Amino acid sequence: MTTLELSSRPRLAAGCRLGENNQQRILQMPERALRLNGPSLEIVQRCDGKHTVQQIVSELQQIYSKAQPQKVEEDILGYLALLQKERALDFEQ
Amino acid sequence: MSAIPNPLALIAELTHRCPLHCVYCSNPLELQSRSNELSTEFWSRVFREAAQLGVLQADFTGGEPLARTDIIDLVRAARAVGLYVNLITSGLPLDESRLAALVAAGLDHIQLSFQGAREEISNEVSGTKSHAQKLRVLEWIKHHRVALTLNFVIHRRNIDQLEEMVALAETSSATRIEFANVQYYGWAFANRESLLPTRQQLDRSMAVIKRAQERLEGRIRVEYVVPDYYAKYPKPCMGGWGRKLMLITPSGDALPCHAAQVIPGLSFENVKERSLRDIWERSASFQKFRGGDWMKEPCKTCDRREQDFGGCRCQALLLAGDAAATDPVCSLAPLRPKVDAILAAVNLAPVSADSGAPPAAEPLTRPSWLYRQNPA
Repeated sequence: MTTLELSSRPRLAAGCRLGENNQQRILQMPERALRLNGPSLEIVQRCDGKHTVQQIVSELQQIYSKAQPQKVEEDILGYLALLQKERALDFEQ
Repeated sequence: MSAIPNPLALIAELTHRCPLHCVYCSNPLELQSRSNELSTEFWSRVFREAAQLGVLQADFTGGEPLARTDIIDLVRAARAVGLYVNLITSGLPLDESRLAALVAAGLDHIQLSFQGAREEISNEVSGTKSHAQKLRVLEWIKHHRVALTLNFVIHRRNIDQLEEMVALAETSSATRIEFANVQYYGWAFANRESLLPTRQQLDRSMAVIKRAQERLEGRIRVEYVVPDYYAKYPKPCMGGWGRKLMLITPSGDALPCHAAQVIPGLSFENVKERSLRDIWERSASFQKFRGGDWMKEPCKTCDRREQDFGGCRCQALLLAGDAAATDPVCSLAPLRPKVDAILAAVNLAPVSADSGAPPAAEPLTRPSWLYRQNPA
């Protein structure tokens, strides 16, 4: 399935993987690469087909406990939508 | 020299040998023979130096990269130093066990080239029977965890079949389709008048692509490269000369782009003699058109000079006779009328005998193609 829901379990699509370059973590994809900073790296590392979107949200709300929980959730959903548009994710329901 | 950003991708032209003879091949007219090809050891060193220089991805291309008997070792060597490995292939020299070995060696992404969605035009353009094998390869790839892009080279003879090509991609495991109109260098330049689409065809193709992009969002990324002869501004060729990409020829020459050898007065360093970093930062060829000091008017004072870098140097040479000229496809270029004249000839030529009818799928006469040869 290709829909992004709180219960779905995103995982990196084939040909998308974490890499490193000049001490910078990156997401390698067909014909492009994304630099990952703190929160985006925390998100991508949890796209393993095991975490649900809801679990990713909860865990990051704990890590970034000073941020507004609602804002953390919105940011995560926005970032996952971007990765989906790049076709970097598969979703397990 | 730390002001020079590092290259992001290495285009490794592993060989010029190829089972296809495509009439728009991007290889130079003068091809390198097998005896001049770099060894496994040299390529492995090139990959290591590239990774140290900050390169993220290696594009294995050719010719047909699978013509190299050491291709599995080359994939392994590039992965071992941390590079992301793309294989750009016709799929012809592939069977199930070789595919499995490539994936096991760490291949990240296969770009399978198609000449069309139908057997007849595909075989005509590639000068060989190739289409049925590509369909077999699509099935085999479904059994492997590897990214797949379908690459379609688009031109006048197949631009009306885009819907069929999308449908073909949807039956595969592809997450990306790249429709790239032919770029007019090398063999394609020689066949240009038979390859350029008409304005009407191009407009229709843009609408088809837009619909496919909307419908397939989140499933398949659809990318479209238009023929720059029809563009208002030139493409930022290679992302700017010596800014992002480095190409290594089968014999080890380091080039700033595929066609750079057509530019007179440029000489190229070889990776057997100098390190990649040294070539990238200090060679005369990579510095020649880097930045904006070489630019003439109208580029020199143009607001877009940091966006398109004056366009393509090889196209400037081919069309204006001067590699430092503004790319003549630019609407601001003094020589744009020359491109307009080429387009006028293409658009005025009768495509179909019936006035007002859509272009016929197959013209009455076949173009007299100049087929790409194989190296000695």
